[in-house]
Amino acid sequence: MQVTMTVNDVEVTREIEARLLLVHFLRDVLGLTGTHWGCDTSNCGTCVVWLDGEPVKSCTVLAAMAGGHQVRTVEGLAKGAELDPIQQGFMQCHGLQCGFCTPGMMMTARALLDRNPDPSETEIREAISGQICRCTGYATIVRSVRWAAVAEAQAAAQVTETTESSEAGEIDNAGQPAEAVA
Amino acid sequence: MQVPAPFEYERATSVDHAISLLERLGGTARLIAGGHSLLPMMKLRLANFDYLIDINDLHGELGYVEAGPDEVRIGALTRHRELLESPVLATAFPIFADAERVIADPVVRNRGTLGGSLCQADPSEDLSAVCTTLDARCVIRGPGGAERVVSMEEFHVGPYETAVADDEILVEIRLPVRPGCGSAYAKVERRAGDWAVVSAGAAVWLDGGAIVDARVGLAAVGPNTTGIPAISAALRGREPSESLYEQAGAIAADSCDPVTDQRGSADYKRHLAAELTRRTLRRAVERARS
Repeated sequence: MQVTMTVNDVEVTREIEARLLLVHFLRDVLGLTGTHWGCDTSNCGTCVVWLDGEPVKSCTVLAAMAGGHQVRTVEGLAKGAELDPIQQGFMQCHGLQCGFCTPGMMMTARALLDRNPDPSETEIREAISGQICRCTGYATIVRSVRWAAVAEAQAAAQVTETTESSEAGEIDNAGQPAEAVA
Repeated sequence: MQVPAPFEYERATSVDHAISLLERLGGTARLIAGGHSLLPMMKLRLANFDYLIDINDLHGELGYVEAGPDEVRIGALTRHRELLESPVLATAFPIFADAERVIADPVVRNRGTLGGSLCQADPSEDLSAVCTTLDARCVIRGPGGAERVVSMEEFHVGPYETAVADDEILVEIRLPVRPGCGSAYAKVERRAGDWAVVSAGAAVWLDGGAIVDARVGLAAVGPNTTGIPAISAALRGREPSESLYEQAGAIAADSCDPVTDQRGSADYKRHLAAELTRRTLRRAVERARS
């Protein structure tokens, strides 16, 4: 059967088997191997992508079901050469060790911040509770998401401020941006 | 790699279109909504179909929570997250949010649906216990737009088996609204988002401090989602009290039929059935009073 969907803002059409899962369509047909394939049982969450803006486990969605819909993968997070703040946060706060869970974690985290720009640690832990980090690096993942939330808040404040003194402060590696220089 | 056996994919554009496809394809076809029960079973080849009929495009038609004077109506394609976040349900039946918080995880809850959960008819499934507790009515539509309404007891025929025929579709769940209601749900699981070791739902209806009616629904303690009429009979007309909850818990433990498996021994599950019945009744009464 033929399926047409929009992946990271690009419309793609391919001939597929109806039983092809979205994760394999992305990885094997489109070559977008940023999305990882893990447990195959919707438990681990490394395959999380967005379907119409909502995080879903792509091992449990047929590629055919995504036909006519918008898919976004980790490759679609950065804007050109500019990393998404979530990606920057994972870099700054050591949010990845082996990196296997990272694409799914980042897609869920991005969706969380889009809905809730200032999540508590508890809310972040709840949001990623369907995803497993096999390095058990949850503390730094949570810190990375907080880093992104604070960085985005500061960037937004910076845009609204008109004086030079409003520049955002340095963001340290412990994950908490320093106070803005007054 | 786990991949389902080959099948043909169809996409329904309306409920009536889905029914006409089912009429044509019969038992060789299965509706797919969230797919988080069906696809894992198909990957394991525990379920095999020649056709899957995707009904996700019908969310506009079947995804809603509506409050009426006598009942709350929920469309069968309403997703877990929508149930969790519904202000109507938070007010009328907080048991839903209790249950949704412990069903799978937030990403899975973005896909899974109420109708899919009920039609899966897994005896360990939480929303079946919730709907049993609330004495839900299930609206099933068939060829020619004919609709029939069945109780949860009639709907849930047995494990993985429902009253929905090959050419029918579950379209709506109706929850009767009566004054003085409080409800709650509790689940013991081995790890976050797992299937229940045992879970219990309770609903009470109070009038002037006395229990007018009460219902308890249990999950994972036998082949069927279990509503317990004996508890309702024991509680009606009584004042809520710890000793009454104790009595209800004892009936729950006696009424259920759990098996020893990797999730726990039968004795432990009976203990949980009693304890969770007490807890949820206590909570339901607190909510009914507040």
